[in-house]
Amino acid sequence: MSLYKKIDMKPPIASVGPLGWIRRNLFDGWFNSLLTIVVLSVLWSVLPPLFRWLVTDAVCTGTAEDCRDASGACWAFITENYRFILFGFYPYESHWRPALAIVLFVAMLIYSRDMSRWRRALAALWVAVLGGIAVLMYGGVFGLARIQDNVWGGLPLTLLLSVVGILAAYPFGIVLALGRRSRLPVIRVVCVTYIEAIRGVPLISLLFMASVMFPLFLPEGITFNKLLRAQMAIILFAAAYLAEVIRGGLQSLPRGHAEAAAALGLGAFQSLRLIILPQALKTVIPPTVSIFISTFKDTSLVVVIALFDLLHTTKAALTNPDWMGFSTEGYLFIAAIYFVFCFSMSRYSVRLEHELHPEAQRTGMNR
Amino acid sequence: MQTRVPIIAWNTSTIRSVLYQVVVLAAIAGAAYYLFSTTQANLERRSITTGFDFLDREAGFDIGETPIPYSAADRYSLAFVVGALNTLKVSAIGIVLAVILGVVIGVSRLSGNWLIAKLATVYVEGFRNIPLLLQLFFFYALFTESLPHPRTALAPADGVFLSNRGLYFGVPAAHPVHHWMAGVFVLAIVLWAIIRWWSRRRLDRTGRAFPAARVGICLCILMPLGVWIVGGAPTAMNVPELKGFNFRGGISISPEFAALLLGLVMYTAAFIAEVVRSGIESVSIGQSEAARALGLPAGRVMSLVVLPQALRVIIPPLTNQMLNLVKNSSLAVGIGYPDFVSVVNTSINQTGQAIEGVAMIMALYLFFSLTTSLAMNWYNARLKGR
Repeated sequence: MSLYKKIDMKPPIASVGPLGWIRRNLFDGWFNSLLTIVVLSVLWSVLPPLFRWLVTDAVCTGTAEDCRDASGACWAFITENYRFILFGFYPYESHWRPALAIVLFVAMLIYSRDMSRWRRALAALWVAVLGGIAVLMYGGVFGLARIQDNVWGGLPLTLLLSVVGILAAYPFGIVLALGRRSRLPVIRVVCVTYIEAIRGVPLISLLFMASVMFPLFLPEGITFNKLLRAQMAIILFAAAYLAEVIRGGLQSLPRGHAEAAAALGLGAFQSLRLIILPQALKTVIPPTVSIFISTFKDTSLVVVIALFDLLHTTKAALTNPDWMGFSTEGYLFIAAIYFVFCFSMSRYSVRLEHELHPEAQRTGMNR
Repeated sequence: MQTRVPIIAWNTSTIRSVLYQVVVLAAIAGAAYYLFSTTQANLERRSITTGFDFLDREAGFDIGETPIPYSAADRYSLAFVVGALNTLKVSAIGIVLAVILGVVIGVSRLSGNWLIAKLATVYVEGFRNIPLLLQLFFFYALFTESLPHPRTALAPADGVFLSNRGLYFGVPAAHPVHHWMAGVFVLAIVLWAIIRWWSRRRLDRTGRAFPAARVGICLCILMPLGVWIVGGAPTAMNVPELKGFNFRGGISISPEFAALLLGLVMYTAAFIAEVVRSGIESVSIGQSEAARALGLPAGRVMSLVVLPQALRVIIPPLTNQMLNLVKNSSLAVGIGYPDFVSVVNTSINQTGQAIEGVAMIMALYLFFSLTTSLAMNWYNARLKGR
């Protein structure tokens, strides 16, 4: 009889399976065990009341009086005011237009998330959809009533300021980035000064400039509306940050590419258009998405110059005497909207990063 | 006979580059001249005066929080100094707290404890993806709406009152011995520096170490304490009391300041946590494995091997985040904390001198960012020199 007869014993129950996982990840040593217990007890005392406030005791429909009687959150504030929060002063009966515009826009974003779909046809489709959105918002054709942009507000305004801001800032950013790398000292100095000056000041100072200084710059009789002025400030601001991102892409490209293009007889402009920019811009798509996320969040600052973006409509709805005191619910609601947009975009940028630079995956996660 | 015809080549790269630069310069000069002349005309038509003469005039508005004595009868220049000091105050406190919180959260994200790591991730994703201004509004509303009036203020501890007018707490009543304690504290720090210098020299020469840090910290605590005891150990407190509609005495933290500080710290800490995490991850795992193989305990692996290497990666983006905090403190104008931007905003509304006001805001923040980048360059040069 062999000495090693029954060698295929199962590993101890405490080191594999769910129990093993718990031991390794939650109770690994006295310090981690203590941390786990403390955190669990804190969560235990915080989460149930929070859940009761958010869900069980909450009032979802009704008036402010119903809310004041209840001990939970007042979601009735949202159900009563969501149209104003989302669309601002846009004519009530036409709310379907900005709503449809947002749906179109988000659908296009979702459709174009795969890089394999990035073709010329998609670009054409985007132009068509953006044109359609403009028609929906402005109206004036196809029997749609004309609606001036001074009543635009809420989510469409937030999206408009950020999307148009990035789109218009992009070519400007490319020019600035190229200028910063130029051999010509005057052009370089001008670009560096612009980029560093804009990056050194807060966006709020540019918005102030747009709201109080731009009118002084224009000859008598010509006025820009407030929306356009804020839009210009956001473009000027985003361009400086985009320029730095694009410069990173240009720098990451080995010099050999430009030299090979020159050797093939391509001119400076052709080499830029066909060889350098396509590669450089592709590498920096993920940080560009990050800039877009910051711009999206930064559009909330237009509150200070009295444009009714998503944050301002919420604030305005909260000043209604009937609904005083429900700020927490109102702000949580739009925080959720901002979060959904920003978080999904940041996940997306991580995914793009993996697709674009598979070689740069982290090899050794420390600890 | 053959004469060489001089060929004038117009299309050489030198001439083209000079031409481009001249064109750019001319365009900028033209735009500047155009803006200047139209602005001049507009200002005249609206009869707005220009220049910084208004700095000497009476400001005529009150400021809610004044680190230095100020009243509405003082000049604009003093109002701006008060605003700048308020910006500095919230930025300095905010940077210290945000770095501490950010490092804790960044290290927590790498924790072996699953629960801690997940909670840290939830924190980072949550605070990073919501606009700061929204967070400020939220905290401000929370403080002013859900806290009671001063008359029914919460008193979590003796002499501490929490109401929708802010947090009030007692401080030791003014006593001459406090000045002596401050002086002795500075002296202790000077002594600490001397001891440090001496201990390094001794370490270089003889190889014997001296616990300079511990001795220094002891000096900083014991010397002021000794002076306090010698000075008769005054324990009188200046406690806030309810007078009329609000508290008097003690020290107060306004809801505006608290909301701004909390928002700035929470928001920036989320970004700093990411900086710290990626810095630590950038140190190859072989480094900590080797350190463990040498028998270093976990804490020392972190403090002696991983962190010094991670710091080189962390410091540049960390300074960037600190600068962002300073710039973001300008959002104070949204919740009514009297920082530099909101004081200047008030003065623009009163005087109509928008150009000067915006220029001053930009100059102050550019000054902050330029000094920071100079300090960074100096620091990087020092790192390389080592």
